[in-house]
Amino acid sequence: MTSMPGHFVTTRFNHILGWARKFSLFHYPYVTACCGMEYMSTACAHFDIDRFGAGMTRFSPRQSDLLLVVGTVTQKLAPVLKTVYDQMTEPKWVIAFGACAVSGGIYDNYAVVQGIDQIIPVDVFIPGCPPRPEMVLDGLLKLQEKIQKQEQDWRWKKRKP
Amino acid sequence: MEEKKTLGELRKRFGGNILEASAPFGDETAVIRKDALLQIAEFLRNPPFAFTMLLDLTCVDYPGRPDRFEMVYHLFSLARSERIRVKLALPEGAAVASLTGLWKNADWLEREAFDMFGVRFEGHPDLRRLFMDEGFDGHPLRKDYPLRKRQPRIPPRT
Repeated sequence: MTSMPGHFVTTRFNHILGWARKFSLFHYPYVTACCGMEYMSTACAHFDIDRFGAGMTRFSPRQSDLLLVVGTVTQKLAPVLKTVYDQMTEPKWVIAFGACAVSGGIYDNYAVVQGIDQIIPVDVFIPGCPPRPEMVLDGLLKLQEKIQKQEQDWRWKKRKP
Repeated sequence: MEEKKTLGELRKRFGGNILEASAPFGDETAVIRKDALLQIAEFLRNPPFAFTMLLDLTCVDYPGRPDRFEMVYHLFSLARSERIRVKLALPEGAAVASLTGLWKNADWLEREAFDMFGVRFEGHPDLRRLFMDEGFDGHPLRKDYPLRKRQPRIPPRT
């Protein structure tokens, strides 16, 4: 954004769309395990995820654009996670929250998916067992940076031949 | 002592069906014959011993033994605040009597043992897998289940 002396502002549409999107993340908490405790303290008053414009928790994937995969995902659960991801509307982003979602964590066995990126695309990985809320917020800021910089998608742009 | 009383009574009543009775670290343990499980369990369940609570029912895989599996039952008497452990050896492919008629929680515990070890329980009302999905191949807690074997339900992204 550039400020001009004649009291008006110029910007690019892509830039302002990114700016709008990064501060209005509606997140869907896909909480399966103990990382949920850290998610709760991040989302509630102590650490207050709302300061970063991601305070709106939606409990339907159809109304959200940020999927927080918090905790262990087993092979039995994998199709459910895939369905939830597919139900979300574009544009959408995914955060893998905690060691289990990132890589399977300590559960290197027959039952657990070794990282959710085997099932769905992931934007930000937050390691830790569980990660501190500060780390979660840092991951969120990284995601906002990514959203700001990315090539934005909007409907009439897609319709062009 | 009180500790020896249950085992002594079991020995007196069931004789040859009790293969081994000991109390390591004060925990009474009886190894019994497979076919006598139901009657011994019923005897322990009812007064005077009244082991009304089935704390745990599980299985152990010993690949080196001729009778590969060992069923382990942990019982607790609420009235007398006393525990007993009952074990029995089980060859591969054999079935053991279900205890669902005596303790209701044996239902899911036996389903778990079936899921993880492939042990069949005769007289179980609904012997399906408990944890793994229906299409899962094999029994993951058997020692010969490959350590690195993975059975993903949806193919991994490339």
